[in-house]
Amino acid sequence: MTAVPLLAVEGLHMVFGGLVANRDISFSVNAGEIIGLIGPNGAGKTTLFNCLAGFYTPSAGAIHFDGVSVGGQTPEQAARRGIARTFQIVRIFPEMTVLENVMVGAMLRSKKISAARAAAENELVFIGLEHRRDVKAQQLTVSEQKRLEVARALATHPRLILLDEIMAGLTPTEVREASQMVERIRDRDIACIIVEHVMEGIMPISDRIIVLDAGVKIAEAAPAAIAQDPAVITAYLGA
Amino acid sequence: MDRLTMIKYVLGVVILLLTLGFPLIVTQPSLVNFAILVLMAAQLGVAWNILGGYAGQVSLGHAVFYGIGAYASSVLAAKFGLSPWLGMLAGGVIASLFSLVVGWPCFRLKGHYFAMATLAIAAIVEILVTNWDYVEGAIGISLPMNTSGWAAMVFTRSKTPYFYIALGLLLFSLAVSWIFKRSYIGYYFRAIKEDPDAARSLGVSLSHYKLIAIAASAFLTAMGGTLYAQKELFIDPGSVLVGSLSIKIALIAILGGVGTLFGPVMGAVVLITIEEFTRQMFGSTGMGTDMIIYGGIIVVIAVFSPGGIAALFAERERAWRARQRRVVFNPPGEGI
Amino acid sequence: MTNLTVTLLAQTVASGLMIGLIYALIAIGLTLIFGVMDIVNFAHGEFLMLGMYASFWGASLFLLDPLVTLPLTALMLFALGVLIYRLVIRRILAAPMLSQIFATFGMMILLRGVAQFLWKPDHRTVSHSLVEGKITVLGLQFGTPQLTASLGAVLVTGGIWWFLNRTRLGTALEATSIDREAATLMGINSQRMFALAWGLGAACAGVAGALLSTYFPIFPEVGADFILIAFVVVVLGGFGSVAGAFWAGIIVGEVEVLGGFFVGPAYKTALVLSLFLLVLLFRPRGLMGKA
Repeated sequence: MTAVPLLAVEGLHMVFGGLVANRDISFSVNAGEIIGLIGPNGAGKTTLFNCLAGFYTPSAGAIHFDGVSVGGQTPEQAARRGIARTFQIVRIFPEMTVLENVMVGAMLRSKKISAARAAAENELVFIGLEHRRDVKAQQLTVSEQKRLEVARALATHPRLILLDEIMAGLTPTEVREASQMVERIRDRDIACIIVEHVMEGIMPISDRIIVLDAGVKIAEAAPAAIAQDPAVITAYLGA
Repeated sequence: MDRLTMIKYVLGVVILLLTLGFPLIVTQPSLVNFAILVLMAAQLGVAWNILGGYAGQVSLGHAVFYGIGAYASSVLAAKFGLSPWLGMLAGGVIASLFSLVVGWPCFRLKGHYFAMATLAIAAIVEILVTNWDYVEGAIGISLPMNTSGWAAMVFTRSKTPYFYIALGLLLFSLAVSWIFKRSYIGYYFRAIKEDPDAARSLGVSLSHYKLIAIAASAFLTAMGGTLYAQKELFIDPGSVLVGSLSIKIALIAILGGVGTLFGPVMGAVVLITIEEFTRQMFGSTGMGTDMIIYGGIIVVIAVFSPGGIAALFAERERAWRARQRRVVFNPPGEGI
Repeated sequence: MTNLTVTLLAQTVASGLMIGLIYALIAIGLTLIFGVMDIVNFAHGEFLMLGMYASFWGASLFLLDPLVTLPLTALMLFALGVLIYRLVIRRILAAPMLSQIFATFGMMILLRGVAQFLWKPDHRTVSHSLVEGKITVLGLQFGTPQLTASLGAVLVTGGIWWFLNRTRLGTALEATSIDREAATLMGINSQRMFALAWGLGAACAGVAGALLSTYFPIFPEVGADFILIAFVVVVLGGFGSVAGAFWAGIIVGEVEVLGGFFVGPAYKTALVLSLFLLVLLFRPRGLMGKA
């Protein structure tokens, strides 16, 4: 069953000046899992992502990916190791076309233009944007841009993808489609950690939910249990 | 291939042929010299563009590479009798290495700071060279005129060979530019320029590619410096290392269109034309009128069309294509 | 060290302080603009140049001393700064950084060209200023114009400090510099603050120019000599920090003259620029800048 977990986080601390953004966070993710990461605003979810993806160096604690210690890695190293991410505020390359955006991702694994293009086209089909392939990225709608970012991240052939609020602002139908997309990502043997506020999007698909509040992990369990957890309810609704 | 692309190709071939035959058709020396200046300016703009336009790292001190090229080949020729052709390569290599040494720490700096650092570095080098006796300091270096011909890269009877060397350099620089643009390196350049953090998240090492850009840009710029030295047969800090030269080089690319292949060429045509025009009208210093025009144009471009002249063309092309699509989808007489 | 060398050294240190105070004033203008709107004004040296020419023409045509016309020069440059903000800068506030660099860069070239066109490249000087000659203080000799200019710079700097910290308008400007969004939420009009920053920034440079005109040669490209130094001071002091610009100005002035004293006058600028690069690379936020 589970040998070495794909991702193991132990005692992660992230401190900025006087502010403790992440305090003593520990959890692990196995290959093929979908982990939901929820919590009120300011709980430290994106900070955690930044630590995992190499944008921040943890103040303390350890991160192991595939058994290798990766705390303090650079974002480029993270990508090469197989950790991909999207950004909370979408960061596509505005002047490049949809296809070109994804090609940049694909180029991590194949520097030849034709190969990168083919790989990028596959990702566009997977994500459902192939009909917009020659449109400049800045002309897409926000939800299309979020999907583009996912396609671009997937083109790097990650083993773990960190999805940051990809369902924000979507209609219920779009949320359902997004959930299905995440499952299809998981079916490609890519583990997913997905930060969300749209509960109906992640509850049905997550193997486990981790709840952060004020920088601390307050719960980790299957979705059904989380919904009942008093600590979680308090965190969201206030005491 | 649609009509517009075909027109562009045909136009391009025609222009190339006309350019190749230019000195044979036009014999007036001043016009040939004008053309040479345009070609040389275009080459520098194309070289600058690799770093400033494609990779988005604005350098306001590019004259330093030009000066290194000019001085390297001139010193090697004057003191060691080395062929300027080899000197051109040597200058390119030295400039490239220098660019790596200064680029490595400076690429950590963002936007404005990087631009300022380039200003500072170029100014420092100008001061150092002015005070360096080995390269004759402020006095400058005169190149021997006793031998002429292709081997010596000195032509005294007619300027036409310089025209072809300049054209060759320009075509070479365009080729390098084009190869970058079409390769993954070109894509990475654009990604770095548009969103460096997103690029990093996709495995792109920023400094690695910025260094490639600056090394290539420096190499080509230095080659231009050698050509200048061989054409004028005299160089000094004031002619090849001075700040206003850096400004002019950046201008050529900005005016024409940063990040486009032929933008700098158009920019060179406009810039040199303005320069020569104001020189004719107002005398040798131009009384600042050329600066008024450049400055005005840059401000206008910055505010209204940051993509330069090329962007204006691209805009018209886009509009034309959009009209074409509408014609196809709404044939007359069919109603809506 | 001989007595003569000690005196010479003291003289040098004093002159470094004096020019440093002027550098500080120029840099304060630059840092005000950057602090409030994150735009580096590459044309700042040209405001200085125009201040110098304004003083020159006031002296040549109306026989008015630069120190007398100083308030008028300040007002004119203030107006010019606001005008440039309204005409150009306002339109590129949201533009990519490349455009912003080009815009002020273009202004720099344009203004130099205008100056060269109107007044020719010849070097001018203001002759027969009110302050002429030398003065001896504490056994050290100073040029009276230089001394007056430095005192003037301190006074104006003090005025700026007072304005920023003791008046409502100035505090609003500081607030916008620290956190524009919060300031807007408190009812401070950002557009007005930006225009004010440009006006004040230009005025600072213009006043510095007026002060310098009593002893420094005036020519269209004179801005080029000062803009790099101004950048060095701003970076050393910390972008956005007026106090930082003050102390950094003095430091840079000292580095320049002492560098000239110990290494050689030809290398003065090179040393200052090397300091610049060191700061950029190792402590980009400078002495007192925001991170």
